[in-house]
Amino acid sequence: MISRIIVAAAETEAKNPLLPADYDILWSSVVFAIMLTFFWFKVLPNFKKTLDERTEAIEGRLAAAEKAQAEAAAKTDEISKAQENNRAEASAIREEARAEGAAILAELKEQAQAEAARITQTAKAQIEAERQAALISLRSEVGSMAIDLASKVVSESLKDSATAAKVVDDFLKDIESSKAGN
Amino acid sequence: MSLLIKAAVTDESGNYKGPSIMEFYPDIIAFEGTPFALNRIMLIRLLVVSLLLILFYLWTRSFQKASRNQNFVPTKFQLMGEISLNFVRTGIAHGQLGKVDGDRFLPLLTTIFFTVLGMNITGIIPGLNIAASSVIGLPIVLAAAAYVTFIYAGMKKHGFRFFKNSLFPSGVPPALYVMVTPIEFLSTFILRPVTLALRLTMNMVAGHLLLVLCFGATQFFFFYADGFFKFFGIGTFIFGFAFTLFEILVSFLQAYVFTLLTTVYIQLALADEH
Repeated sequence: MISRIIVAAAETEAKNPLLPADYDILWSSVVFAIMLTFFWFKVLPNFKKTLDERTEAIEGRLAAAEKAQAEAAAKTDEISKAQENNRAEASAIREEARAEGAAILAELKEQAQAEAARITQTAKAQIEAERQAALISLRSEVGSMAIDLASKVVSESLKDSATAAKVVDDFLKDIESSKAGN
Repeated sequence: MSLLIKAAVTDESGNYKGPSIMEFYPDIIAFEGTPFALNRIMLIRLLVVSLLLILFYLWTRSFQKASRNQNFVPTKFQLMGEISLNFVRTGIAHGQLGKVDGDRFLPLLTTIFFTVLGMNITGIIPGLNIAASSVIGLPIVLAAAAYVTFIYAGMKKHGFRFFKNSLFPSGVPPALYVMVTPIEFLSTFILRPVTLALRLTMNMVAGHLLLVLCFGATQFFFFYADGFFKFFGIGTFIFGFAFTLFEILVSFLQAYVFTLLTTVYIQLALADEH
């Protein structure tokens, strides 16, 4: 036991933590060489490749999105232009229709007026004709009635004024009844 | 087993025994006396390398799969890998060196960051319990790689003018070069790699010793101390727990600092004027 302690003490004095043992340097170099080679030729190239590809993909997708957006904007432009055209066309058609309608209306009005004038004309002519006919028949009737009256008046020989009055009354009654009979 | 534990925390007369520098020189397990000698810490290093290889191999496979299937929405696992690698790539390399130079030196920076982080974190993993970067060999190798790389970067860009720019900064009166040049030489070509290696090693050594101190004392107070002293164990345990959390932070921070300083040295070497 004591000898071991002495050996340990001797070793303690011999050990300087600032001076590396040969095996320490050797294994450290092995460790470093393995890690350096591994990172240099295996890990980092793959790591960089992955990151680069991702950057590329993101940039590519951004460009595609930009293109799609431009296309959509162009399409929107196109559509709004077409809409504008349609609107103009529609308003032109409407205008035309309105003008046409007005023309038709005016024509119809004219036609109606002509028709009305024609009907009035016909009616007037008819009325005139009837008036003429009435006038003619009246004239003959009034003549005969006057003759009748006169003959009656004469036949009664005007016996008295009462009789005369009766004759007139009868005459008038006749007329009235004939009128009613008509 | 309990005797071994007792021997670890007490000395001959049964008093508490703190950790010594021998913590970092565990018994050689195989190939003793050759440069291939393996001890517990060397085995932990090989274990960490294996785990890192497996993890990053799986991530690489998920990258390859995504690229083969033209699938541009990363899976959760793939995204974790991307975030980890991008922490070094965009967070450190691109930020300091720009895209082109950042990608040029990315293999070294990525290697340094994940190696240091993986080796540091074993300090708090139960069963391993010692940072594989707490023995100076690994920090020296990494610092040497950083050193060679920043000199290479400067030489490649400026030729021998790199040394002139570094040692004889413009805008300094020529008479002052007597003073400035030795200082610049010391700080640029000697202190940079030395501080890189020492900062990492000593952080990990100190962290490990603190944890051993706290948990060793907890063990001692709970099982080998008398009466009232047992209660001290609660305090030392709480401290040990807090320092464990702190060590997670330190592991990450030291990996970040080592990588960032390497990047800054490369950036200074590439800069047109010093």
